[in-house]
Amino acid sequence: MRVRVDGAEHVAERGQTVAAVLLAAGRGSWRTTRIGGRPRGLFCGIGVCFDCLVVVNGVPDVRACQRVVADGDDIRSQDGAELPS
Amino acid sequence: MGRIESADVVVIGAGIIGAACAEALSAAGVRVIVVDRGAPASATTASGEGNVLVSDKEPGPQLELAVASRRRWPVLLDELRELIGPRLASVEWEVKGGLAVATTAEAVGPLAALTAAQRASGVEVEDLDADRARELEPHLTEQITAVSHFPDDAQLQPVLATAALLAALRARGGEIHSGVTVDGIATDRSGAVVGARTGADAIPCRAVVNACGPWAGHFSATIGAPIDVLPRRGMVLVTAPLPRFVGRKVYDAGYVDAVASPEADLRTSAVVESTAAGTVLIGSSRRRTAFDDDLDVAVLRCLARGAIGLFPKLAGVPVMRAYGGFRPYTPDRLPVIGEDPRMPGLWHATGHEGAGIGLAAATGRLLADLFTGREPVVDPGPFRVDRPEIALEA
Amino acid sequence: MRRVVVVGGGPAGMAAAKAAASCGVEVVLIDAAPKLGGQYHRQDARESGDRFKLPDGVEHLAESVVWAIEPILEGHRVHVRTGPADGPDRTGRAIETRALVLATGAYDWTPPFPGWDLPGVYTAGAAQAMAKGQGVAVGERVIVAGTGPFLLPVATSLIDAGSRVSAILEANDPVAGFAARPGGALAGWTKAGELAQYGAALARHDVPLRRRCAVIAALGEDRVEAVLAARLDEDWNPVPHTMRRFEVDAVAVGFGFTPQLESAVAARCEIEGGFVAVNAAQGTSVPGVFAAGELTGIGGADLAAAEGAVAGAAAAKRLGAKVRAPIGAMRRARVGRRFAAALAEAYPVRPGWRGWLRDGTIVCRCEEVAYGEIRHAVEDLDVGGARSLKLATRAGLGLCQGRICGRNVAELASLPDAADAFARRPVAVPVRLGELAEDVPVDEAP
Ligand SMILES: Cc1cc2nc3c(=O)[nH]c(=O)nc-3n(C[C@H](O)[C@H](O)[C@H](O)COP(=O)(O)OP(=O)(O)OC[C@H]3O[C@@H](n4cnc5c(N)ncnc54)[C@H](O)[C@@H]3O)c2cc1C
Ligand SMILES: Cc1cc2nc3c(=O)[nH]c(=O)nc-3n(C[C@H](O)[C@H](O)[C@H](O)COP(=O)(O)OP(=O)(O)OC[C@H]3O[C@@H](n4cnc5c(N)ncnc54)[C@H](O)[C@@H]3O)c2cc1C
Ligand code: FES
Repeated sequence: MRVRVDGAEHVAERGQTVAAVLLAAGRGSWRTTRIGGRPRGLFCGIGVCFDCLVVVNGVPDVRACQRVVADGDDIRSQDGAELPS
Repeated sequence: MGRIESADVVVIGAGIIGAACAEALSAAGVRVIVVDRGAPASATTASGEGNVLVSDKEPGPQLELAVASRRRWPVLLDELRELIGPRLASVEWEVKGGLAVATTAEAVGPLAALTAAQRASGVEVEDLDADRARELEPHLTEQITAVSHFPDDAQLQPVLATAALLAALRARGGEIHSGVTVDGIATDRSGAVVGARTGADAIPCRAVVNACGPWAGHFSATIGAPIDVLPRRGMVLVTAPLPRFVGRKVYDAGYVDAVASPEADLRTSAVVESTAAGTVLIGSSRRRTAFDDDLDVAVLRCLARGAIGLFPKLAGVPVMRAYGGFRPYTPDRLPVIGEDPRMPGLWHATGHEGAGIGLAAATGRLLADLFTGREPVVDPGPFRVDRPEIALEA
Repeated sequence: MRRVVVVGGGPAGMAAAKAAASCGVEVVLIDAAPKLGGQYHRQDARESGDRFKLPDGVEHLAESVVWAIEPILEGHRVHVRTGPADGPDRTGRAIETRALVLATGAYDWTPPFPGWDLPGVYTAGAAQAMAKGQGVAVGERVIVAGTGPFLLPVATSLIDAGSRVSAILEANDPVAGFAARPGGALAGWTKAGELAQYGAALARHDVPLRRRCAVIAALGEDRVEAVLAARLDEDWNPVPHTMRRFEVDAVAVGFGFTPQLESAVAARCEIEGGFVAVNAAQGTSVPGVFAAGELTGIGGADLAAAEGAVAGAAAAKRLGAKVRAPIGAMRRARVGRRFAAALAEAYPVRPGWRGWLRDGTIVCRCEEVAYGEIRHAVEDLDVGGARSLKLATRAGLGLCQGRICGRNVAELASLPDAADAFARRPVAVPVRLGELAEDVPVDEAP
């Protein structure tokens, strides 16, 4: 499968989560907090902390650790609070 | 808990109404103790969205109290800042303005009638066309048939405001006791109040204020001076934090109608606004129930539809929370503020339904005016305790 | 038609579904993950197929979240969204039932410490889930810290996934703890053999296990570059002059587990000491609602499965099915609970962690609320009570709804019932407004 991560093409395996794709691509963080602008990535890994938010196909506030990638997904870092496009 | 000393007045309930009454009394030199069975500002006040509105009030005593309170809040906040310092007195006060939006042809007439009446009562209202409305609120629906702008509508954070009022009370030597339930009133032979009972103990005082919010009816009944205050449930949806989405309080023109409706059945009408934190709050529903706080998904669905109707873009935004509360409802939709002629020394300050946050400043002031015999800030007549709609037979 | 609804597809939920189905009732099992297994039996998501097969009569709703549980007359309506996590392209469904089994499990508890909000700090469970489920190592050089036997499989999985584990820091001194217990209560525990295997594997890789030590700060600008570890006294206060720096790019922290309570709270089940209170048949305080697994106490996968089997049978019985008493499972649950109690005693949480915080340490990660702000609310504003504290500080008001910070904030503010003070979440997981606005089909109570 092919997905885009912040514009760059990546290969992904079926069943992988967005978080796994991002970590495998060497990304330790993929969002900034809305108040302090601090970087965040994975923390709890099982969907409870909401630290791993990412924009998938224009939709923000998607938990990267819970979302399974689909072919052609456009994955983008989330900059603080965002509106769906 | 050690024994609580005596005071001139014991205020029962540390919601925003009790806190405002206690602050105003203490400012007039009265020695006050506030007690609450829970923690301060942890009941209805914690559910309040914090609107300080004039736009949603029907002309008459309700609007008069609202206008007085809207005027009083900024002055009161200045006084608090002076007394307890800016950090403790910071309550996220913001004059953001309100927009009443009609989205159907039928809603245009009633909105025009309401604004005309409000204008006649001295409220500032501006009629906008759809383009201007969308300049102010770019995410607003295109299906607009009429919009009115109320520039004076304001907002504050109810829990912080209550904490600030209580901090002022403390600064003046007053006391607050959490976890203390008042379960009776001690009276002398003439029937006048001499204490507030808390189990086996009583706090000696010469007056008590029933500021028990939606429980004020129940409390008044247990002490033998019943007033008709009932819970009316409201739910609010909270979205994930968003970048600046809506600047004003925006509501469907049907809102005033729903507030004023005496119906026990579910009434919803869309009210959308942002908080300082970036979340968008979506109300509002009204249903008279007992203190039943079970989740009702059908209500949430109505709220969601209403909000999307005003702001289509919200459809893609996550709702992260829903919460509810019980508004203290009176059959004639007016609060009860004053002394109870049936029991000298018993005062009530309650029944503010969905407007207690906004009305708190003037309520505290009015109660203190009446208590100390000063010129009252508004005509107290419509709020008196012995009106037939309120005072029930013991 | 009689229908049991099971929420959660871990060891407890799977066992409940099997037990109920074997009594001849229809079962719907709902789980957020694409595959069965929950945490303990997490499957590699990249392999095709499901290792677990549920019997006929069980409908498994995979990739399905229960976002609300609504009490209705004589039962509950369970609201589900099915599809890619967090929407918006999910389908909605509401399922009514008179026999609800909750098996929503638990998640790691982590005390806050300076730098714990840096990327590269993970919960132990995250490291485990990424290694087991995705084959990804969260770091190259990793330190594992916290307390409890769970740290051992986490370190082992990290090694299997390709990490170098610098050390395991165990905040307690379990050997002393066990020794102090007459009879050595952990002997005979089925997991003991499993733990011994982990121990051997770690010894092979020269991974040191340091007792009474913890990571008390993570250092780095935009990600973890190193951590500071210290020896702890009995109360978990750092012992002066024992600070040591480890150069790592990740740290996995786990101090035990917190149950995922919101479904049980929504169903109005009584909570006791932070867990759902249940009777010997796993019945909660609400008739027709049963709870099993880590929701009722932390005791590992075997106990969870035993409780699940009991709960499933009880739920079927509730619907009038002929049920043979699950005596074996009840016995296993009793034994498991004894070991769970021994475990809790051997790996307690000590109050000294509060001293690891600085005023600037983030406590609520979502809303970025620092320890100093919580102190200000409590000490200067005199705010008490979970609800007003949340509103005054915004701690717990973010997207995780206080799952991560709730217990910590409550403890730091000395609120009563700290373990579940923030557990009321009527909307269990976020749903998009457009999803909420939809009419959904309702499977009515049979
Ligand atoms: C969803 C919702 C949204 C709202 N939004 C707004 C808004 O935007 N603007 C606005 O102006 N208003 C709003 N309101 C209304 C507002 O919240 C209330 O009118 C106001 O909070 C009432 O305050 P109170 O002090 O009377 O009651 P409460 O805050 O309920 O305080 C009463 C206190 O009395 C205590 N008590 C009761 N019985 C006893 C006893 N026997 N002994 C000791 N203590 C006792 C209780 O513990 C409680 O703390 C809203 C209400 C709801 C439900
Ligand atoms: C991240 C993590 C990893 C762990 N790994 C191990 C390990 O490797 N070895 C070990 O011995 N122990 C491990 N544990 C401990 C583990 O919790 C238990 O031993 C065991 O898995 C508990 O079983 P359970 O059935 O009670 O809950 P779980 O196995 O946690 O299952 C609960 C299930 O409920 C689902 N769920 C929860 N809420 C909802 C909802 N609202 N809607 C839909 N589904 C929902 C979850 O998706 C999950 O699949 C781990 C714990 C965690 C938190
Ligand atoms: S890492 Fe916690 S929700 Fe994804």
